[in-house]
Amino acid sequence: MEKSRSELGQIVVGVARDPLGLMGLIIVGVIVFCAIFAYWIVPYDPIAMDIKSRLQGPSAAHLLGTDQLGRDTFSRVIAGGQVALKVALPAVFGAMAIGLTLGMIAGYGPKWLDNLLMLFFDTIRSFPTVMFALAVVALIGPSLQTVVFVVMATSIPTYGRVARTQTLTLRNSEFILAERSMGASMARILGVHMLPNIIGVLAVLAAMDIPTVIALEAGLSFLGLGVKPPTPSWGALLKDGYSLIRQTPWLVVGGGLPIILATLGFTFLGESLRDVVDPKLRKQR
Amino acid sequence: MTETLLEIDHLSVDYETGRGDLKALRDITFDVNKGEIVGIVGESGCGKSTLISSILRLTAPNTRFREGEIRFKGQDLLQASERHMRDLRGADMSIVFQDPMQTHNPVLTIGQQMLDIQHRSKQSKADKLAHAAKMLGAVGIPDPEARLKQYPHEFSGGMRQRIAIAMALMSEPDLLIADEPTTALDATLEVQIIERLQELQREFHCAILFISHHLGVIAELCDRVVVMYAGAVVESGDVREIFHDPKHPYTRRLIECDPGHIKERARVLPTIPGEVPDLANLPEGCIFRDRCDQAMSRCATEVPPLDQLKEGHHAACWLNHEEVTT
Ligand SMILES: Nc1ncnc2c1ncn2[C@@H]1O[C@H](COP(=O)(O)OP(=O)(O)OP(=O)(O)O)[C@@H](O)[C@H]1O
Ligand code: SF4
Ligand SMILES: [Mg+2]
Repeated sequence: MEKSRSELGQIVVGVARDPLGLMGLIIVGVIVFCAIFAYWIVPYDPIAMDIKSRLQGPSAAHLLGTDQLGRDTFSRVIAGGQVALKVALPAVFGAMAIGLTLGMIAGYGPKWLDNLLMLFFDTIRSFPTVMFALAVVALIGPSLQTVVFVVMATSIPTYGRVARTQTLTLRNSEFILAERSMGASMARILGVHMLPNIIGVLAVLAAMDIPTVIALEAGLSFLGLGVKPPTPSWGALLKDGYSLIRQTPWLVVGGGLPIILATLGFTFLGESLRDVVDPKLRKQR
Repeated sequence: MTETLLEIDHLSVDYETGRGDLKALRDITFDVNKGEIVGIVGESGCGKSTLISSILRLTAPNTRFREGEIRFKGQDLLQASERHMRDLRGADMSIVFQDPMQTHNPVLTIGQQMLDIQHRSKQSKADKLAHAAKMLGAVGIPDPEARLKQYPHEFSGGMRQRIAIAMALMSEPDLLIADEPTTALDATLEVQIIERLQELQREFHCAILFISHHLGVIAELCDRVVVMYAGAVVESGDVREIFHDPKHPYTRRLIECDPGHIKERARVLPTIPGEVPDLANLPEGCIFRDRCDQAMSRCATEVPPLDQLKEGHHAACWLNHEEVTT
C-alpha cells in the first residue's frame, strides 16, 4: 500500500506546482478546515436568536452583521459550510461508488445487463433535478438527508456512464486477457485490475462535481426544498438575504461569497487534478 | 516413457462473420507430450492464435466449435465447465502473449501483479513476494526485490517479456503456451529469451507449445513441429527430420524463406508468391494449390489427407501419396 501513498503525494505536489491548482488547494483547505472546526471557530451559536441586535451591519462584535432574528451571519456562514460539505461529500462519494459499480458491471457484463443499466441511467437523467427534488420532498419531506439523496440519485448516471465507457475500452485490452488467462474471476478483474485504471478519472470528475453539488444544495435550500430552518445553509442565507436586501446587503454577501469561493476552489482543484492525473495515465499506458 | 498431455483431435473451429462462416481451423490433429516442446509455424492468419485461444477457451464471442475435442490430461476442455477452465488457467496451463508492452496492467506494480496471480495460494504475503522475487531472478531480472516495486513502464520490452514468462511459470504449470513471444523483440533479445526458455524448461519440466512464424527459432527450441497453412495442418513431425526432408511444398518454401536460413542477409526477404485462400470461401482440392509450383491435376479436385509417412511424420500432399503407392 505504500504505493498509493507515494502516488497521492506525487499528485498533491503536481497540483501545488500549478498556480491555479495551488489556489484551489488553499481555498478548499480553508473551507474544509472551517467546516471541521466550525464548532470552535464560530463566535456565536449560529442558531441563537438575539432580537435586540437584529439586522446590524458589520462591526467588531458581528463581523458580517446579523439577520432579521439577530443571529450572527459570520457564525452562520461557517456553520453553513459544514452543512454544504455534509451534503456534498456523501452525495458525491455515494454517487461515485454506486455509479462506478453499476458502470463497471454494465461495461463488463452481458449485453442485456448493459442495456438495462443504460436504460436506468437514462431514466434518471431524463428527470429535471428540481422536479425530482420536488417529488422527493413531497414524499419524504425536506431535510439534509433528502438533499443528499436527491443529489446522489441525480449524479449516479454521470459516474456510471464514464465508468462504463472506461470499462468497455479496457475489457478488450491485452492485459485483461492476460489476467483472464491466469484464471482471474470477473470480480478479481473488475476489482483488482480495472478499478485502479478507472478511479483516477472518476476522482477528477468528483472534484469537479462538488461545486455543482454545493450550488445545488444552496439552490434547493433557496427554494425551501433543502435543509430545514433554523439549520444554517448558504442557500438559506441567500434566501433570507434576498428578501431583506433593502434592509441589509450583508446576508446576500455572507451567503453568496462562500458559494462563489467554494465553486472556484473546487473547480481549480478539479481542473488541476485532471491535468496532473491524465498525462500520467497516458504515459503509463 | 512419453505421456500425452494435450491432444488436439480433429478440431474444427469457425468464426461467424457477416460474410458467412470463416473456417479458421479445419480438422486439426496433433499431440503434445509431457515435458515436450512443440512448435507451431505458419504465416500470419493461418489460425495459430485461434488454436491457442481455443485451448484456453478464451475465444472471441463469434467463435463456434464445430467438431473435435481438445483433451488436456485426458479431459475434453470443450465440454469442461467455465469454473473448471478458470481453475486450469494460470495453474495447470498458462500463456505468454506476443506483445510485452500490452500484457501488464499499467497502473499496478509488477509486485502487486505477481501477488495477485498467486491468489489461489494460502501463503503469507511475504512468502508470495519472496516467491515472486525468486521467479524474477530465475528469468534473469537483476535486483528482483527492488524491481517488484516498479511499474511496467519502467522496464524495457525484453524485460517485460521475461517478467511475463516469470508470471506464467509461477504456478509451475504442466503446459506453457507461448504465442510468438519474441516477435515484438529484436534479434539479440530473441536469442536471450529463447535460451532462457530452454533453461527454464529444463528446470520446470513443463511442456511448451511455442507459436512462431520463424522457423529458425522453432528449429532452435523445439522437439517437434506442426506446420499450419490456412487453418489446416499440412505437415508435422520431428524438427530435424522436417528440416532435412520436408514433405510438403509449403514447408519447403517456408524453410527457403526463413531469415535464419539465408546466409547473406538479403535486402528483401523472399516471400512465397500468391495469397492465402479466403477462409470463408474455401477452394476445392488442396488449399495450397494456388501457390504450389508442383500442383497436379488431382490437386484441383481432391483434398490431400494428412498421411503418416513415417513413424511420427505426417504430411498432407499428393506428391507423397504417389511415393506411398508406388
Ligand atoms: N473474432 C474473429 N472473427 C472473425 N475472424 C477472425 C476472428 N479472429 C480471427 N479471425 C480470422 O481468422 C483467421 C485466423 O486468425 P488467427 O488470429 O488465429 O491467425 P494467426 O495465425 O494467429 O495470425 P498472426 O500470425 O497474425 O497472429 C484469420 O483469417 C483472421 O482474420
Ligand atoms: S497436394 Fe498438390 S497442390 Fe497441394 S501441396 Fe501437394 S502438390 Fe501442391
Ligand atoms: Mg496470432
